[in-house]
Amino acid sequence: MRQRPDQSGLCCEKSTEENDRLKGFYTKEPFIVFILIAKYKEKLLYEEVKPLEYVIEMLNITKQFGNFRANDNITLQLGKGEIHALLGENGAGKTTLMNVLFGLYQPEEGEIRVNGKKVNITSPNVANDLGIGMVHQHFMLVENLTVTENIILGNEPKKMGIVNSKAAAKKVAEISKTYGLNVDPYAKIEDISVGMQQRVEILKTLYRGANILIFDEPTASLTPQEIQELIGIMKKLITEGKSIILITHKLQEIMDVSDRVTVIRKGQGIGTVVTSETNPEELATLMVGRQVTFKTEKGPANPQEDVLSIENLVVVDYRGVEKVKGLNLSVRKGEIVGLAGIDGNGQSELIEAIAGLRKVKSGKITINSKDITSLKTRKITESGLGHIPQDRHKHGLVLDFSVGYNAALQEYYHPPYSKNGLMHYDVVSEKAKKIIEEYDVRTQGEHELARALSGGNQQKLIIGREVSRDPDLLIAALPTRGLDVGAIEFIHKRLIEQRDKGKAVFLISFELDEVMNVSDRIAVIHDGQIVDTVIPSETTEKELGLLMAGHSKEAKVGADRDV
Amino acid sequence: MSNRVIKILVPAISIILGLLVGAVVMLFSGYDPVAGYIALWNGIFGDSYAIGETIRQISPYILAGLAVAFAFRTGLFNIGVEGQLMVGWFASAYVGAAFELPMYIHLPFALLAAALAGALWGLVPGILKATLRVHEVIVTIMMNYVALHVVNALIKTVSGGSYKTDKIQPTASLRSEFLSNLTDYSTLHFGIFVALAMVIVMWFILEKTKTGFELKSVGFNQNASHYSGMNVNKNIILSMVISGAFAGLGGAMEGLGTFGSMTNQGGFTGIGFDGIAVALLGANSPLGVIFGASLFGSLKYGANNMPNAASIPLEIVSIVIALIIFFVACGYIIRVALERLNKKKEAK
Repeated sequence: MRQRPDQSGLCCEKSTEENDRLKGFYTKEPFIVFILIAKYKEKLLYEEVKPLEYVIEMLNITKQFGNFRANDNITLQLGKGEIHALLGENGAGKTTLMNVLFGLYQPEEGEIRVNGKKVNITSPNVANDLGIGMVHQHFMLVENLTVTENIILGNEPKKMGIVNSKAAAKKVAEISKTYGLNVDPYAKIEDISVGMQQRVEILKTLYRGANILIFDEPTASLTPQEIQELIGIMKKLITEGKSIILITHKLQEIMDVSDRVTVIRKGQGIGTVVTSETNPEELATLMVGRQVTFKTEKGPANPQEDVLSIENLVVVDYRGVEKVKGLNLSVRKGEIVGLAGIDGNGQSELIEAIAGLRKVKSGKITINSKDITSLKTRKITESGLGHIPQDRHKHGLVLDFSVGYNAALQEYYHPPYSKNGLMHYDVVSEKAKKIIEEYDVRTQGEHELARALSGGNQQKLIIGREVSRDPDLLIAALPTRGLDVGAIEFIHKRLIEQRDKGKAVFLISFELDEVMNVSDRIAVIHDGQIVDTVIPSETTEKELGLLMAGHSKEAKVGADRDV
Repeated sequence: MSNRVIKILVPAISIILGLLVGAVVMLFSGYDPVAGYIALWNGIFGDSYAIGETIRQISPYILAGLAVAFAFRTGLFNIGVEGQLMVGWFASAYVGAAFELPMYIHLPFALLAAALAGALWGLVPGILKATLRVHEVIVTIMMNYVALHVVNALIKTVSGGSYKTDKIQPTASLRSEFLSNLTDYSTLHFGIFVALAMVIVMWFILEKTKTGFELKSVGFNQNASHYSGMNVNKNIILSMVISGAFAGLGGAMEGLGTFGSMTNQGGFTGIGFDGIAVALLGANSPLGVIFGASLFGSLKYGANNMPNAASIPLEIVSIVIALIIFFVACGYIIRVALERLNKKKEAK
């Protein structure tokens, strides 16, 4: 575990030290101790009650939606110059709490103090005036405006009624330099990378004078390198006197950057711990409420005949460019095949071709020896395919449909869900209730819109829908993207369960850990072809990495393995 | 204040506000608003004749509103209701006049002809949208003009050069002596029952059938619908066809009920365009459409009495009516204001 030498003044460390000293005296000389206690009493009490200078205090916050308590008596105190992580599962109430702080919701109970003064944050404008800035998970930028234009939007500096963007650009450049953000004020948003767009969001809050920055799951859409850059920026912000609340469910990030962690679970505050005194396992247990295993438990695979087999498959993307170039692959009964590869090497096109969402240019795909090449989507589904799609909002769910309707999306057209052209919504509801219960989908009920669910619960709903149909072949494309450890564990268990039932599972993931942990065989895709197939126990991340980069022959260790 | 009270209060306050601002307009133009509104009231509810005519006016509005609302609910914006209604009107008038059949065949046949004509007019933009991704707003707007001139040409052709189709056979008429007598010889006809039946049909299709499930799904998310094996293109076309059929039936209200023929049209009837507002006022729900159509129909008909009884010029009347509708459409603002007020009270 990493120690933070630059971090001083943390409550517990200091007061324990003080206590130890006192204890020493106590055993030796009662009288001196008496005087000492009298002398130190004030200081001790002070230290206990106010160990840090808090810039934000959210005390006993309760936020209720109808009968549902999204936040139940949560306390969060942000010290000055601190990176304070807010940890919780998907749907635990992290975002709700931050929306309370940002003035988007009004709490039913509790109070908020900024710099020790009680405040009433009625709108985001009030929050801005108090120096609170939010870096949203989904960037709120106008694509075809420049960085500067985006930053001054709604707050334009004017000279005789004309926007003075030059002065603004200068200020933007200055701030960018101070914090090492490296942003060109004149670049257009559509031309810059996701990581830089995020830095523009950070700049926006700084430009408006924020001293307290809230980062809502900032690493969700970043590459590993961009994550490292972001961590550097956060540290720089702290040294410049800012304070940060980091909302996340990624434990490693918390260990890397935060000073303290406040954990919430199912809307309730579990407590605050000092990062240097904890470890990822403990945090996971606090967050989920039970022991979590990081290494997936599974027995040996018992593969049998091929379920999915792909021969010389060629698929083109929407521009007509070949993305899958003569690919061969098979997935057998009773095994999980992981597809490892860097994003954009033909994975999406491959899955879409199998699922019938994209036309096949040439080659052959069979499921259970039945040729399904370019059949209609429904025909393929009926041939025994379950498909957890890569993009849950685009393909996986009709967000404006209820949870119940979505639960029936693959089966609505046949009995018992519909008969003679009429829907039987009572059966649909029953099915939805079953999925909600078995797959622990946290929702207010089957009538709630899918849109209102958190990402993890939307994913669980999709997985419930696909797995409960018990398909011979289950394609899981990035099934755990954006999910917390508890949900990831749950989903991995379900995939292995399907395998042990003798089904074929095809897992596509960009996370090497996941592919290594869950798969029985790993097929590595590069530039539209399978470059090699390896066994997880016989390979290393390094070897996989090289294969993914396309160094097939050079890096290959050991004998040939058939594809 | 409970939610239910707010729900009832919002339209009431909207209408009152509209009336107040309308009164100001009348005052400033030198007319007596009290006399004006009494005339409006009498024009709508004054006697059984007025009530009969008002209900008669509401029927096509309901159907035009349903047409727009149905397309909306399935993700499409049908601005072509006007044209679909016109071809429906012509088809009903033609079938009503050209055939001699017993009533129990002739009337349904004439209604069906109207629905089919409207559906055909919806089919064209539907196919273009489904196969070539041409936006339905553009196609439906242009189809309105095509309808206007095609219908006028057809009237000339079938009537042998006249400006008007032949009077329909009594076996195809929606007119009813009973309803007419009941309302002091107004032109009230059975059309209102056809319209109300269609309200139920729309609700049934959307909320009860498998087709409705697919139509709504495709309207919300074409990608997910494709993923789940629905035929997206078929559903887009079907949505426009059903929408067009509702509009066509709206035309039959005029062809088989109110007029019993079709006269050469100098311009658009306006019913189809008002249907957009009717659907929006009714929040695109079948029941809401009845409310929206009632408001539109009664104001439209009742306003005719204002120039006669209170000698307010038609232009001022149009402004007043528009203001009332404007405020009803702004109901959202009033609801927000009420909720704020509510919160403040609770806080105290």
